[in-house]
Amino acid sequence: MSVGAPRALASSGQKPITEILHPLSAAEEPLSVTVGGDKQEVGLTNGTPVETSSPASTSSLFNRLQLDDDLEADVRDPYADSTEMRDLFVTVDDPKKHVSTMETYITYRVSTKTSRVEFDLPEYCVRRRYQDFDWLRIKLEDSQPTHLIPPLPEKFVMKGVVDRFSEEFVETRMKALDKFLKRVADHPVLSFNPHLNAFLTAKDLNKRQGLALLSKVGESVKHVAGGYKLRARPAEFCAMGEYLDTFNQKLGTIDRIAQRILKEQSEYLTELREYGGVYSSWVGSEDELRRPLEGVAGCVTTSCGGLEDLGDNMTLDFLPVLREYVLYLESIKNVLRKRDQSQAEYEGRLEAAILRKQEDRTPMPLEVEKCQDKVECFNADLKADWERWQSNKRHDFKQLLTGMADRNINSYEKSQAAWESLITLLQDKQTEDKTSETN
Amino acid sequence: MMADSGSNEEVAVIGNTDISSTETESNIINTMVERGTALLRKMEINVAEAEKRTGKNTVNMQETYTVYLIETRPAETVPGGGAPAAPDTLWRRYSEFELLRTFLLVTYPYIIIPPLPEKRAEFQWHKLAADNLDPDFVERRRVGLENFLLRVASHPVLSNDKIYFLFLTEEKGWREAVLETGFQDKVDSRLKSLSAMFRVKNPDKRFTAMKQYSDELNTVISQLLRVRARVADRLYGVYKVHGNYGRVFSEWSAIEKEMGDGLQSAGHHMDTYAAQIDDILEEEEHYADQLKEYLFYTDAVRSVCKKHELIQYELEMAAQELVSKKQQREELATGTVRVFSLKGMTSKLFGTESQEQRESRLAALEQSIQEGEEMLKEKNTECKEFVQMAWEDIERFKEQKDKDLREALISYAIMQISTCKKGIQVWSNAKDCFNKM
Repeated sequence: MSVGAPRALASSGQKPITEILHPLSAAEEPLSVTVGGDKQEVGLTNGTPVETSSPASTSSLFNRLQLDDDLEADVRDPYADSTEMRDLFVTVDDPKKHVSTMETYITYRVSTKTSRVEFDLPEYCVRRRYQDFDWLRIKLEDSQPTHLIPPLPEKFVMKGVVDRFSEEFVETRMKALDKFLKRVADHPVLSFNPHLNAFLTAKDLNKRQGLALLSKVGESVKHVAGGYKLRARPAEFCAMGEYLDTFNQKLGTIDRIAQRILKEQSEYLTELREYGGVYSSWVGSEDELRRPLEGVAGCVTTSCGGLEDLGDNMTLDFLPVLREYVLYLESIKNVLRKRDQSQAEYEGRLEAAILRKQEDRTPMPLEVEKCQDKVECFNADLKADWERWQSNKRHDFKQLLTGMADRNINSYEKSQAAWESLITLLQDKQTEDKTSETN
Repeated sequence: MMADSGSNEEVAVIGNTDISSTETESNIINTMVERGTALLRKMEINVAEAEKRTGKNTVNMQETYTVYLIETRPAETVPGGGAPAAPDTLWRRYSEFELLRTFLLVTYPYIIIPPLPEKRAEFQWHKLAADNLDPDFVERRRVGLENFLLRVASHPVLSNDKIYFLFLTEEKGWREAVLETGFQDKVDSRLKSLSAMFRVKNPDKRFTAMKQYSDELNTVISQLLRVRARVADRLYGVYKVHGNYGRVFSEWSAIEKEMGDGLQSAGHHMDTYAAQIDDILEEEEHYADQLKEYLFYTDAVRSVCKKHELIQYELEMAAQELVSKKQQREELATGTVRVFSLKGMTSKLFGTESQEQRESRLAALEQSIQEGEEMLKEKNTECKEFVQMAWEDIERFKEQKDKDLREALISYAIMQISTCKKGIQVWSNAKDCFNKM
């Protein structure tokens, strides 16, 4: 049975959040796939109860429902015409400063529009601070350890070096938080996470109480016994690891180059300003040359303005995205490590079980089968998310680099326009003078 | 062996040759010199080449120096469409140009003598060699020397000078001819006028203003050249660092699948971008040279003003002396002592002088006064003529300066536009590559 939009998963209907079962955590709930209101009942085609205690994923479900084609299509081009299929829209904006006796902090407005039935209302509007985003991310990591969770902008800023309340800093952070939330909302599994739901809807995000029920679900994955050592990592995950390492290196280099360019440009700007000033000061001694000199000074000033904008953009748009990706890579590496641990545990248990079997002919314990399942799910989730991540990364960097090219072009265009109008002005004056001479 | 440039223009264009005709017009350095005036109506002048020579100098030591080839050719168009006549040529080194200029300075103190290109490279941004034998420096100097000759050739007064003509036409024996003019004597007096500290009672306001303007211009152009060199330095850094993107994009493309090609080609464009700055800054050097010419011109303006001051001062001194002598005569005639003189005092103290003594002294004084009046008349005439000729040249200079610097600024603007276009081109190409990622 094929489904048009392979994004939405389990729908629990109109239930309060505390009663919502984790998607696919138990096979009792009838699974239904919701697309903008259409409901289709889809049952598991194979009879095996989904008994895993770890949260299942899109890919494992779809594998069983034979929906691979749709999954691939989705992953290949997640941004194309996805607005038709998207039923959850989130935005972060409107930063506001809050001053209390204990502390000063910024909150952001988080707006949600959705047609999903997991949400009681079609629209929500709440205020959240960075801490809340951080909470959400931790919860997501804990509850969905087999998935790649997008990164947050850096938590700590050195006081004295960066002004936490400057317009630029707040603006940059807000954009990154917006991107984070959008990535989560676009993810076929993460977007259904109840923690996300709470984050988007709860008037007062009471973190301490938390969603204790649900957090338990995620705990089991954390308790992967440490002592297992991985024999052989499958080739594709090795390749992932290598890719991450090299990519990390390259990003670091690009960051350094960009910073160096900023520095050189800033020094160039300083000298250029002085340069324009000399032309201005020359004007005073001259008569006929007044206009051209003023004109040149003006063009230099315009160019300075263009350069300033270029520098600001690099600082605000370019560098933060690079740094975000470095964080992203770190978190992906962690997931890889966890996968390795998961596999190691399975292999360890399997080995032990095989030995025992040989000794006293006991059947394969359920533990081992559970572990195998876990590993297979993990691998599948990771592979799917990896493809998705690669695709997003390609889009992000395409945007980043074309943006950089655009800004440079704009800076030059601005400068060129100024110089061209100066020439027109001076040449008009010249013809004006000539005609007045001949008259 | 000389290069026949084949063109009939006394122009020297270095660097960017693929520019539009309007840009060419504004870019040409030596079109600032008016065509068809004075000597230039009769002949074309080129400084066509530069060559290295080695030889023994005055202290018998080996030295390497550069000589420049001067080509001259009659300016009439060749009838019947045949090939233009081969030019006359001779070789000159920089020191000979300097000798010529010194001669002109001394012989025409009321004229603002065009400057020579700098002897040593100054106001350099660090990439350019400050070495006198560096080919780029030699080339720019060649252009500067040609410009000097053309400026002299187009000057209403200087172009008629015999020594200048011989400089262009007589390779041997020119040096002797210069020395024979005896200009060396005047050199010392000129130095005196430049360095002397004297105060003029009634300064000519026009000259004072001109001297002040020339000092201001000197200051501002020096400043401009200094800052420009720093700006060039920094811009060089900006462009070159972008070249690093080239390498890292290339390395990164190796680990990518779909993104690889786009990244790799974008990297090449970054390399192209980094390479652009070399030509850009090379071309800007022409603008710097145009400014430098006027920087050096201010020294020439200053000397004319100073010379005027000296003449004015001498005139005032002559007038003053005459007044004092006349007063002395009066006293001698009437017997009253108003002006203190030792002779007067001693005669008072030691007895009056005889009638003959007084009369002989009076006669001598009359003679002196006569001479003094002659002298005053001469000085007056000298001053008037100087003022007239100098001011005429100053007016001519002011017009030339306004026109030349205006064109220089326009050509600078054109250079900036070209730089912007190049930048836009390469970033657009890179953007296309990024879009293909």
